[in-house]
Amino acid sequence: MYWQPESECMDREELEQLQLERLESTLNRVYRNVPFYLKKFDEIKFNPDDLRSLDDLGRLPFTTKNDLRDNYPYGLFAVPLREVVRVHASSGTTGMSTVVGYSRNDIKTWSNLVARILAAGGITKDDVIQIAFNYGLFTGAFGLHYGAERIGASVIPISSGNTKRQIKIMQDFKTTALVGTPSYAMLIADTIMEMGINPNSLALKYGLFGAEPWSEAMRRDIEGKLKIIATDNYGLSEVMGPGVAGECLERNGLHINEDHFLVEMINPDTLAPAEPGEIGEMVITTLTKEAFPVIRYRTRDLTRLMPEPCPCGRTMRRMTRVFGRTDDMLIIRGVNVFPSQIETVLFEIEGIAPHYQIIIDRKAALDETTVLVEVSEAIFFDEMRKQTELKETIKKRLAAELGISVEVKLVEKKTLERFEGKAMRVIDNRKF
Amino acid sequence: MIKLRNLNAGYGSLNVLRRVSLHVNPGEIVTILGANGAGKTTLLKTIMGLLRAQSGEILFNGRDIRRVPTEQIVFSGCSLVPEGRQVFSAMPVEENLLLGAYVQYRRGNKRDVERNLEYVYSLFPVLRQRERQLAGTLSGGEQQMLAMGRALMARPSLIMLDEPSMGLAPLMVKEIFNIIVRIREEGNTVLLVEQNARSALKIANRGYVLETGRIILEGEAEDLLANREVQRAYLGRDLDDNIQIRSTKPGSSHVNEA
Repeated sequence: MYWQPESECMDREELEQLQLERLESTLNRVYRNVPFYLKKFDEIKFNPDDLRSLDDLGRLPFTTKNDLRDNYPYGLFAVPLREVVRVHASSGTTGMSTVVGYSRNDIKTWSNLVARILAAGGITKDDVIQIAFNYGLFTGAFGLHYGAERIGASVIPISSGNTKRQIKIMQDFKTTALVGTPSYAMLIADTIMEMGINPNSLALKYGLFGAEPWSEAMRRDIEGKLKIIATDNYGLSEVMGPGVAGECLERNGLHINEDHFLVEMINPDTLAPAEPGEIGEMVITTLTKEAFPVIRYRTRDLTRLMPEPCPCGRTMRRMTRVFGRTDDMLIIRGVNVFPSQIETVLFEIEGIAPHYQIIIDRKAALDETTVLVEVSEAIFFDEMRKQTELKETIKKRLAAELGISVEVKLVEKKTLERFEGKAMRVIDNRKF
Repeated sequence: MIKLRNLNAGYGSLNVLRRVSLHVNPGEIVTILGANGAGKTTLLKTIMGLLRAQSGEILFNGRDIRRVPTEQIVFSGCSLVPEGRQVFSAMPVEENLLLGAYVQYRRGNKRDVERNLEYVYSLFPVLRQRERQLAGTLSGGEQQMLAMGRALMARPSLIMLDEPSMGLAPLMVKEIFNIIVRIREEGNTVLLVEQNARSALKIANRGYVLETGRIILEGEAEDLLANREVQRAYLGRDLDDNIQIRSTKPGSSHVNEA
């Protein structure tokens, strides 16, 4: 089931012509409208007029998350703000948050690209879709919502949380498709079993999960427990949101929407192009975004391109599931978290030393984060009340900064490991 | 049907077109929008071989036509309706049309020429009425129809029009554009260069926006119509959405349509 068959099954030669046209007009637009890119291009003495073919893309500089942060909030927008009809952002306070914007056409394109992925995953207008992503500034919920609406499915914008209610709605509203993080799907599956509900009594047929890495084993587990076909989808807000790539029912690789995103694979250490077929970091250039185009954005996601054609007939190349990150970013309950964010918060609080450790476990399918913080000598032996107050302060500040709640444990000074080289502050006990 | 890749073209040392890439698929109407001096006419002239491209590729049905002489390009099925009509004013309408069929003469297709003439007269009945009239005595709109008819006489697969609406009254513009739609319906492919962005986008499948020799935007026609920058630059949309009513005379009001 294709949503836009003329595009999804496009001849590769036609695709390359389209990519060339779109890349050139995007470069012309950013050079003209985004001072950041004008400066970057001039620094390396590159003029978009010099681009002769898609291969010349390698001459252009990369864009990183720091560039987005440095231009908070609207510095990289390529259209006047009055043309921006939607703003999304990642978590974090000033300096750590990244803001993205969408024009009316961007929203239309976004909806169509997500619709492609939903259709590839089995969804039609007859489906009832429960969107269990957190509605807010994150792109996940709204991205999937608009795509589902575009297909004409019945959308239940239930957001995340309140698992028992999720299940009741699933039963009462006859949900046929579940959208959310794979770990949340797992939690729902386990809760259904606990409640003694037979999954066959549900109308569920499909699940489309993303926003965090998950394994084949986890997929089989979810599919078995919920009696659904579960597909993976991929996206990042800096480039658009969900809808960048998604699995078809073959469930063997995620088709990338190459007519809207030009994808390169690089060796994250040398920054040179990765060998074809090798694992590398994915770099994405947007081809049609109007409000927030990005050139050679380093996703920091490690994956591999699959050049073989897919039996489904789509000519858009596939990527494997994401293996990991090249940086220290964590994904906890579907939310992007940088240890440096935690560090920044801790530094601002009095009474604690700059030594901490982050432990992530998966308990009952949900990620549990514990932050161990060393206290300065004076506080620890003081009253219990002061300790509790300090703990609560840290908890609250971290929750506000990260967008997820964490447990905090205060430990004695000098009890945490010290490092000579790179600090290994994160202990991730989750196994995918 | 036609594909341009990284086309650079100009006049001597004056570089007008920079890295222009675009394509037209069979059966489409694709429009190129742009202000005066953007390079639209240069683009069509370069495709026709009237101007030599400096670099890049022009692929017509898979064949690179960059070094091909203009007459060959017409022979292969690409016709131009030039800016300003350029009919042969001292000749009658019918002879203007017959000259357009020169290609068919060379091929020895006399019967086809008669058939094509009938076809053009059916598209433009007013030309049949004026077939003996000297072309220079026709009205602007009629001359535009004559120029289009002349191009169609060569039975091109791709017909390129350079600003067909220029200098024509609004009603005439509407008629010309209806005919362009009819031409597409008959199976032809159209590349339409226009300053009248609104009319062009209403009939086109897709469009490209050319600004100082560079393509800065492309997309489906309805998306370009909805694009605010296009609206502001080419559709004369009001900058302030809140102004709905503007008075032209004291005591009267004129509703400004979006």
